[in-house]
Amino acid sequence: MSPAEIRDEIIDILGDIAPDENLDDLVDDKNFRDQLELDSMDFLDIVMELRKRHRVQIPEEDYGHLASMQSTVNYLEPKMRDIVKA
Amino acid sequence: MYDTIIIGAGMSGLAAGIRLAHFDQRVCILERHYTIGGLNSFYRMGGRDFDVGLHAMTNFARKGTRRGPLAKLIRQLRFNWEDFALAEQIGSSIRFPGVSLDFGNDIELLQSEIAREFPDCVDGFAKLCESLLDYDDLAGDDPNFNQSARAVLEQLIPQPLLREMLLCPLMWYGNAREDDMDFGQFCIMFRACYLEGFGRPFKGVRTILKNLVRKFRGLGGELKLRSGVSRIHVENGHAVGVVLDDGTEIAGRRILSSAGTVETLRLCDDITEVDVAKAGQLSFIESISILDVQPRDIGFDRTIVFYNDSETFHWRRPEQGLCDVRTGVVCSPNNYRYDAADGTLPDGVIRITTLADHDRWCALPEPAYRAEKVAQYESAVQSAVRFMPDFRRHIIDTDVFTPKTIRRFTWHDNGAVYGAPEKRLDGTTHLDNLFLCGTDQGFVGIVGAILSGISMANRHCLVSAD
Repeated sequence: MSPAEIRDEIIDILGDIAPDENLDDLVDDKNFRDQLELDSMDFLDIVMELRKRHRVQIPEEDYGHLASMQSTVNYLEPKMRDIVKA
Repeated sequence: MYDTIIIGAGMSGLAAGIRLAHFDQRVCILERHYTIGGLNSFYRMGGRDFDVGLHAMTNFARKGTRRGPLAKLIRQLRFNWEDFALAEQIGSSIRFPGVSLDFGNDIELLQSEIAREFPDCVDGFAKLCESLLDYDDLAGDDPNFNQSARAVLEQLIPQPLLREMLLCPLMWYGNAREDDMDFGQFCIMFRACYLEGFGRPFKGVRTILKNLVRKFRGLGGELKLRSGVSRIHVENGHAVGVVLDDGTEIAGRRILSSAGTVETLRLCDDITEVDVAKAGQLSFIESISILDVQPRDIGFDRTIVFYNDSETFHWRRPEQGLCDVRTGVVCSPNNYRYDAADGTLPDGVIRITTLADHDRWCALPEPAYRAEKVAQYESAVQSAVRFMPDFRRHIIDTDVFTPKTIRRFTWHDNGAVYGAPEKRLDGTTHLDNLFLCGTDQGFVGIVGAILSGISMANRHCLVSAD
C-alpha cells in the first residue's frame, strides 16, 4: 500500500469507529484527539481494526505513534508497504 | 477450543461477546437460564408483553452526541443510534412527605425545583455538580472514589432532607451498599440520572437485548442457553475450561464471568471455601399492574416516582418481614415521549419496586410463597398510592417477581440486584486468565453493565490476547 492508500484505510476505519464525525476536514498533522472526540477505547479500536483487516501487529508501546494522521501513516508505511490493496 | 468463554448472557456478557467476535475471536456465551438478559428480561403472558429489570435506560443522550457512556457503547459495539430508538422521559419526581422535586433530562429543572423548596441549598448543589468526578476518573484509582457520599453531601448541602431526597433515586438505581454510597458510585449515578436522564425504547428491554443477540450471532458468536456452568476447571493456577451442569466439558483460553465475584470463585475447582459475607444484601420485589386506562388518564404523567414516607431514607435489607414498603419506585412505561409513528403502548402499566429480604422469601414453602406474593403486592401498592393517584380500581392483570425470581434468573447470591458492595474494578481474579464483568466488576444499570462487558473484553481479552 502507498501512503495515500494507507491514509484512505485509516479514514475508513475512523468512519467505522466514529460514524458521527466529519472526516473531510481532518488536518493530517494535528492530533486526532484535538480534532475528533476519540478516547483510549477508540485508539484501541484503530489498532484492533488494523490487526483484523491487515494482520498488522502494533505493540502496546507503539500506540503513541497513532497520535495524528501524519504520524500514523509514517509509522504504518514500512509495516503495510507490502500489503496489496484489496 | 474457544478463545474466550463468557459466563452469562446478560447485558455485560453479550456486550463483551460482540467486542470479541467482532475482532474474530471464537467466543461462546454460556447461559444457565432458558432465556437471555439475566436481570433484564422480558416475557409474554396472557397475550401481553412484560418487562423485568429495565424501568428506564439511564445516561440518556440525543442522537449524534459524541461524549458520554451511551455514545461510547454505541461506537464500541458498532450500533446506530436508531438501533436503540430511545424515547425521552416525560419527567420524574422524588416524593417525600410534604415535598416533591421534579427532574427531567435537563438539570435546570432540578435546579429550579431545589431553588423553590430549598433556597439555602442552591449554591451547595451547584458546588456539588462542579465537584463530581468525571467518567474518565472512574476507573477506581481516584482516591476520592471510596469516600462516603453522605460525608461529601454533608459538607455541601445544609438541609438533611434534601440530602436524603437526592440520594434516594441514586441508591435505588445503582447502590449495592447499605445505608451509604461510595462517592465514585454516587458520581456515576448522579451523572446517569440527573445530568443525562432517562429514556426507553418503545418496545422496552427486548429491543436492546434482541439487538445485542442479533449482532453477536451475526459476527459468528455462539450462544448456548440452558447451559449452566457447574465448575471452572483449574490446572496449575490457570483456568483451562468449564464443565456444564450436564457434564459437558468446554475448553477455553480464557474465561470472562458475569456470575458475580463470590459466585465465580465458588465455581473454581481450586477453591474450597468462599467468603460469602462479601455478597450483596439488597434485593427487591417488583409488581407489574396492567390497567384498563393509560396512566395519564387517571392523572399520572410521571415516568418514574421515587418515594419515601419519612424524612429519613432507609436503604437496607428489611430488618423484619418480607418487604420494606416505606420506600419504593413507581415506573410507568407509558409515560415517555414516544415517536408519533409508534403510537401509545397497548395497555396502561404501573410497576412498583420495594425492598425485600431474599432469605425470608426463599424460606417460604410454596403455598405460603404464592399467598405472600399477593399480600405483599397489595401492601406495596397501598404504600405507593400515597404518592400517586390511586389506580387500584383499574387493575386488570398483575404479575409479581420476588428475590427468589431474581436469584433464579441471575444466579446471584441473595438475589442481590446490584451485586456485591465491594467491586472488583480491575476485573481480575486469583487466576491469570479468569476475569469478571457485570455488576460485581463495576458499573451497574443497563448502560453500566454494557460498558463493563466492553471494557473488560478490551482490557483482558483483546489487548493482551496474542
